[in-house]
Amino acid sequence: MVPVLLILIPLITGAALFAIRQEAMAKSIALLASLVSLAVMLAGMSVWNDAAHLTYNQSWIGALNSRFHFALDGMSQLLCLLTTLSFPIIFYSTWNNQYPDHNRFLGLMLLSQAGLLGVFMSMDAMLFYFFWELALIPLYFLSSRWGGEKRIQVTIKFFVYTFLGSLFMLIGLIMLYFKAGGSFAWADFVKLNMAPREEMAIFLMLALAFAIKMPLFPFHTWQPDTYEQSPTPVTMILSAIMAKMGIFGLLRWLAPVVPAATYQWGDNFATLAVVGMLYASFIAMRQDDLKKLVAYSSIAHIGLMILAVFAPSYSGLQGVMIQMFNHGINILGMWIVVNVIEQKFGTRKISELGGLAQKAPVLTILLVIVALANIAMPLTNAFIGEFMMFNGVLGSTATNFGVAYAVAGIITIILGAVYTLKMIQKVFYGETNALTANATDISFNVQLSLAIIVVAILLIGLFPNPMLSLTSDLSEQILGRMNLK
Amino acid sequence: MNNIIDYVWLVPMFPLVGFLLNGLLRNSLSKPLAGIIGSGSILASFIVSVMIFMQVKSGSTGVVTLFDFISFGKTSIPFAFQVDQLSSLFLLIITGIGFLIHVYSTAYMNTESDSHYARYFAYLNLFVFSMLLLVLGSNYVIMFIGWEGVGLCSYLLIGYWFKNIDYTSAANKAFIMNRIGDAAFLLALFWLLSKLGTVTYADVFAKAGELSARDITIITILLFIGATGKSAQIPLYTWLPDAMAGPTPVSALIHAATMVTAGIYMIARSNILYTMAPTTQTVITIIGTATALLAATIALKQNDIKKVLAYSTVSQLGYMFIALGVGAYTGAVFHVMTHAFFKALLFLGAGSVIHAMHHEQDIRNMGGLSKYMKTTHLTFLVGCLAIAGIIPFSGFFSKDEILAAAFAKSPAIWALGALGALMTAFYMFRLYSMTFLGKFRGTHEQEHHLHESPAAMTIPLVILALLSLAGGLVGIPEVLVHNAHSLNQFLSPVFAGSAKLAEPHHIDHSTELMLMFGLMAVIVVVIFLAVGRFKKYEKTDAETSGLAKLLENKWYVDELYDAIIVRPVNAFGKLLGKLDKYGIDWVVNGVGKSVQYASRQVRLLQSGQVGSYVLLMVIGIILLFALQIFLKK
Repeated sequence: MVPVLLILIPLITGAALFAIRQEAMAKSIALLASLVSLAVMLAGMSVWNDAAHLTYNQSWIGALNSRFHFALDGMSQLLCLLTTLSFPIIFYSTWNNQYPDHNRFLGLMLLSQAGLLGVFMSMDAMLFYFFWELALIPLYFLSSRWGGEKRIQVTIKFFVYTFLGSLFMLIGLIMLYFKAGGSFAWADFVKLNMAPREEMAIFLMLALAFAIKMPLFPFHTWQPDTYEQSPTPVTMILSAIMAKMGIFGLLRWLAPVVPAATYQWGDNFATLAVVGMLYASFIAMRQDDLKKLVAYSSIAHIGLMILAVFAPSYSGLQGVMIQMFNHGINILGMWIVVNVIEQKFGTRKISELGGLAQKAPVLTILLVIVALANIAMPLTNAFIGEFMMFNGVLGSTATNFGVAYAVAGIITIILGAVYTLKMIQKVFYGETNALTANATDISFNVQLSLAIIVVAILLIGLFPNPMLSLTSDLSEQILGRMNLK
Repeated sequence: MNNIIDYVWLVPMFPLVGFLLNGLLRNSLSKPLAGIIGSGSILASFIVSVMIFMQVKSGSTGVVTLFDFISFGKTSIPFAFQVDQLSSLFLLIITGIGFLIHVYSTAYMNTESDSHYARYFAYLNLFVFSMLLLVLGSNYVIMFIGWEGVGLCSYLLIGYWFKNIDYTSAANKAFIMNRIGDAAFLLALFWLLSKLGTVTYADVFAKAGELSARDITIITILLFIGATGKSAQIPLYTWLPDAMAGPTPVSALIHAATMVTAGIYMIARSNILYTMAPTTQTVITIIGTATALLAATIALKQNDIKKVLAYSTVSQLGYMFIALGVGAYTGAVFHVMTHAFFKALLFLGAGSVIHAMHHEQDIRNMGGLSKYMKTTHLTFLVGCLAIAGIIPFSGFFSKDEILAAAFAKSPAIWALGALGALMTAFYMFRLYSMTFLGKFRGTHEQEHHLHESPAAMTIPLVILALLSLAGGLVGIPEVLVHNAHSLNQFLSPVFAGSAKLAEPHHIDHSTELMLMFGLMAVIVVVIFLAVGRFKKYEKTDAETSGLAKLLENKWYVDELYDAIIVRPVNAFGKLLGKLDKYGIDWVVNGVGKSVQYASRQVRLLQSGQVGSYVLLMVIGIILLFALQIFLKK
């Protein structure tokens, strides 16, 4: 019941919003719908936390033996919680943004939410693919209709690139369907024992799709442009949630399904991940556009998650699980700040800003906490994830190069401090200039949104165990499939 | 309340509450109230710390587990505090000196606006909280929380006057240099976890025998790199002198009670691992000696009152590392303690001078201040005598203990250490003479306003002066009085494991006495030389040259780092940015474009002319035939 509600609420509200032209009404409805989704999700993790409420399994395309099968296991709960928590924060924190045809804008956002939730809950490969595309298409329309100057060019590239990956994934999934004797069920996939060559072919198809989506270096070049050109609420979805689809794909549909090939190809992907982490961190140091800075820093952070999947160990996988959530809310916090700055000053250029700490102390304090989480300070949520991931990589028995990966990768926590502190210094410290001299502090909706994120950052940073225990079974299952227990 | 040790969590809790109150209510708190919350929370911690210390002294220690922090698989990292001789001693230093610095700050920062005043105390409390976590943790992860926490607080306080870009740059530099060390620290933890599956002190030290010699060396070196960041040793020391951009009491806090002692504490805590890693010990001794000397030479030619003190801290920390390197763990902790007394005293004294001089920090513009500020002058003199190592001031005992241990290991290290001690005496009394003796060299305006600081500032100075005077008596060497080294006896359980492993080096008493008093005699001569020369100091406009210029410019180490690290890294970032745009993205776009191009060309084939279709068909058929013939062969 919970999965069906989670999909239907945003789907129906999203469609209905196309008919509601009154802006204030549309905004309220969108926020309300997202809050109801969150309430359902929280209920699913507490009072309805049993198999009967958390699974839904009906025949869908009978001829293909594809089923409408949703389930909320620990990892799905984590990511659905991230999604349902992010949407109300996105709506509320960008409440004062102005968009033409605002109702359609919000409607498409909600449709995308339905798609994202479907991706995270699907236990049937056909269904997974269906939602994978459903999540993408509304975002494409959002960016190409409401984006920046270069939006058409950039969004077409984004769409074609990720869609190309999706097609390979579809082929891979169909191959799996035949291998599994005509079943799309994930439960059947993870029982397969295939010949190495077959595994490899499927692995490469799926891995390409996920590599583009996450994105993994060198498949990342669509991302900074797309983040920059998309309207910020869309950028929030793309980076806070959609980037997790790729990681989620690795953990649900790749590592446990084609474990031998994942093991075999691990070092190649781990190397790309490490190179990408360093590469993106170095580039981030030289960015003047706040959005591009956050985009490149995100590539570095995602790189670490990819690394921990391909140099796996229990600690590392658990780190990836919790970090998917952490990275989501942390980067959301960064985007909220970027959005405020862009809305206030009409620029995102670091070099044009300065002195905001004098004018907007509340914003500064909240931003500094989020930024500290972004560089994984202890007692913030990201420290837990990064600590466990680096620890897992260094101690991984799946590779001979764990130490080298960890040593190279850990340089990024230094570089991360460099570009993050430099940004804070240039934007918030120093004297004000003509542009920022009359700045005001943030409005209540932004304060509350950031405060919620800050509370989550500190709470998870201090008490990570409840969240870690959600995914312990799945992490063990993945390692078991890879014979790494 | 049977056992106060079970309530050890109160010690960090008070500053945390103080931080939250001052931080959240900063816009509504009046200055006196903010000051009372800030200082009172530390006083409360100090009282509990004293009670805990008494309990520990009577022989009980313990680990207090609050909750399970991170667990994965068989590894569980508890949020737990360890109360023993070492941590309880550090609690006293941190909260005791911390409290005095807070009280001093209430007057020193009085010109700040209300909300910034509260913000200042919030940061200060957070600093003490982090340091308390660092020393109280019962495992390396809790230590690391405090470890990065003090790094963060130093960043916040160094950049406290955030409108000044130079100050915030100094703050960034401090954080980033510390982060380099922190990264190494983290790697050490991962290494420990992968080999032993635990980071809890008790388990690690019990299982240390299972580690190979290579593993121990790697772990100890990595931890030591962490220590070079936090405790400002070569190559990561350059942040500390710049850290004086923060308000002067903050410098006192960083240099005396918190932060820089972290590295010493960590190695003293891990003493068993280090005793088992002789290679690392050698490295530490070399780095410590080199830092002690390098920083001392720089201090000889600095003209900023705080810079001289900052380099003297770097130098004194070098001595502590020498002690750690030669296995004299008690000596290192002893020097941490006495140094905390006299360095807090000196920095707060400098603050009092700067306060009186209206933010003038250049000693060339001072002179003759002894007439105007008697308390500051006398207490500062006590601090100088203590750091120079004159009996019976505290620095004499701790420095002597380190040098004696160094001599037992290698007379060469003793000689270098002694040379550093002479330089210390020289630059401290140069500083003292140029500040307090001779004629006033500032403006008339400044002279008119010269005044002794208020009681909130002078009372801490007097208390610290008394501690600097008498603090050494807890560690009177065997050679002077039999069985009077009470600190050694107190700390011996913590270092018992190492004592069993290390081969004892002893020097005979006559040699020790000769070294001790011989060195002191030379130091006294140096002091008289320095005073004689600098009390008559006159301002000159002459440019320095040669070695003096080299020292004035701190051996150009900052410039060197800038040239070989900062700039290349930035250039590399720029290069990669270009590569991303014109390299990788170009390829991606190129693939897209060539597909488009190809499809345009293919589309041309569909010209609608039947003739061309037939032609193509014929070509195709011929090709198929050709292919078949080839395949058959």
